[in-house]
Amino acid sequence: MPVEPVHLTNVGFAFGDGALRRPVLRELDLTVAAGEVVLLTGPSGSGKTTLLTLIGALRAMQSGSCMVLGQELLGASQAARVALRRRIGFIFQNHNLLGFLTAAQNVAMSLELHPDFGDDAARFAEAERMLGRVGMTEFASVVPAKLSGGQRQRVAIARALVAGPGLILADEPTAALDRQSGRDVVELMRDLAKRSGMPILLVTHDPRILDVADRVVKMEDGRVVG
Amino acid sequence: MSPFLPVRLAWRQLRAERARLFSAIAGVMFACVLVFMQLGFRSALFDSATALPQALQGELFLVHPLTTALFRPESFPRVRAYQTLAVPEVALAVPIYMMQSIWRNPVNGSHRAIQLIGFDTEAGAVSFPGLTELIPALKRPYTIAFDWKSRPEFGPVAAMIAANGPLHVQIGNRDVEIVGTVALGASFGADGNAVMSETNFRRLASKRDPSNIDLVALRLRPGADPIAAQRALTALLPGDVKVVTHDQLVAWERNYWETATPIGFIFAFGSLMGLIVGMVIVYQILFADIASHLAEYATLKAMGFSPGYLRLVVMGASAILAGLGFIPGILASAGLYDVVAKATLLPLRMDATRGAMVLALIFGMCAFAGLLAMRKLRDADPADMF
Ligand SMILES: Nc1ncnc2c1ncn2[C@@H]1O[C@H](COP(=O)(O)OP(=O)(O)O)[C@@H](O)[C@H]1O
Ligand SMILES: [Mg+2]
Repeated sequence: MPVEPVHLTNVGFAFGDGALRRPVLRELDLTVAAGEVVLLTGPSGSGKTTLLTLIGALRAMQSGSCMVLGQELLGASQAARVALRRRIGFIFQNHNLLGFLTAAQNVAMSLELHPDFGDDAARFAEAERMLGRVGMTEFASVVPAKLSGGQRQRVAIARALVAGPGLILADEPTAALDRQSGRDVVELMRDLAKRSGMPILLVTHDPRILDVADRVVKMEDGRVVG
Repeated sequence: MSPFLPVRLAWRQLRAERARLFSAIAGVMFACVLVFMQLGFRSALFDSATALPQALQGELFLVHPLTTALFRPESFPRVRAYQTLAVPEVALAVPIYMMQSIWRNPVNGSHRAIQLIGFDTEAGAVSFPGLTELIPALKRPYTIAFDWKSRPEFGPVAAMIAANGPLHVQIGNRDVEIVGTVALGASFGADGNAVMSETNFRRLASKRDPSNIDLVALRLRPGADPIAAQRALTALLPGDVKVVTHDQLVAWERNYWETATPIGFIFAFGSLMGLIVGMVIVYQILFADIASHLAEYATLKAMGFSPGYLRLVVMGASAILAGLGFIPGILASAGLYDVVAKATLLPLRMDATRGAMVLALIFGMCAFAGLLAMRKLRDADPADMF
């Protein structure tokens, strides 16, 4: 049994059926080691997002083996996939914060999924502490609409990390940000993850942030090319 | 899973969009008021339709078997009343005449059908509230007692009598004197009533054969068994009369309105329409709420919230809307009951049983809307989030 948080062997995936069937991933192998920050790059349409949704248990596997945090995802039940998602921190291109909740309420939502965490007050206190770690203490009771893009993405990072996930998946988290705040957000993400030993798999187009990675993986046409 | 957290999330989501929240509450309230009014009218109808049989004293009654309702009775020979005296339990037999006639409003001259009820007022065997004091006056020719609970279209009779004493009006083109008022109650079958002595009824119903009567009230000797007497009378009397107890007479009248008329169905249908309209409104609101928050719901799915949690959010929203719409709904309905009761003199009032029933219907309506809207959750695909 592999000890790596992410271990993919010979993964294949295709959209559509019959004549419309379009393979997107072919014979793909990928490993992310514990505490490793891996950047995934490659041209648009090469299958990076699809791969991330498979690893994140957001899509059902078709062929190959995909072990994530000890869970085999090929043929995994809906319940097993939902359970695995709770152990993964997602950071999306758009912040996807709930517009009707404050920053702290958004972050506390993540903790609702972990009943052993405690009551509402404990969740809220932890959410505020996490907002402090992303430098957002004074925005705890502000709704997302009143925050800047970079601030929203910081709240999203706090939400993804607050429950101490075993893996962080991020898809172009800097795409909606300007150069400087994009850089800040990725460095923040990396520093927080490094401190608690969480591995990160981050998809990006942005060549300016490649240096934050331990390793860069390039994809082309559904395959890892180096 | 405790429903507290998903319901709280539902509330926070509803609260964030005031305009949508208020239109949903207004929709539920509207359905609530509609159902309350329909059920209120229905029960008022059945209560008021039986006002006359309820008010009649007597342990047993004779009616023609073909009588469908007391506002249009089939008549039968008066001699049947006397024949009952052959049964030892019967102490008194009171023949009652009933007829619809035309009343002329003493203020504006407009015409209206009125139910005339004539019987031996002096015997005291049958009475209505307020009648006893009027018995001596009702002996005079062409005198009547007017039912002050008649609909207002009959004119402000009670007020006019209170101000000026006995009042002259026209019934069936005859001049009659109102010597006072009694309490009986308007019903869907009779807008108003006038009570008079047997002799005066014959004077007003000169075209009618006085040997035909419409109803007989029987008073039994103290301690007599009404069921045994009913059996003896049924054996004795020919088939043109039926012997019924007081409860059976009331049930007979009620049954007519419930089954032989579409009225019961109409109110049930009206209630159903109210619920459907309310359901559609709540469904639209919940559906729009989910549709406009699809990204949020998909994010929650990606974070690992179970489908059950998200369903509880939707059901929580529907329960909140039910509760928030019901409270103003029942208050508005209680107010409307008062207004309508004053305008129609129908016995409309709010009671706990009906309140609980409508509460259950409204929650059911919202739950159904929630179940329908929930299907939209499937469109929230976490794989589309990246
Ligand atoms: N839901 C989908 N249905 C059909 N085709 C899709 C879907 N999502 C992505 N694709 C296709 O799969 C290919 C890979 O897409 P994607 O994984 O988003 O690539 P990337 O993230 O590298 O740009 C693209 O050609 C895209 O058009
Ligand atoms: Mg992509």
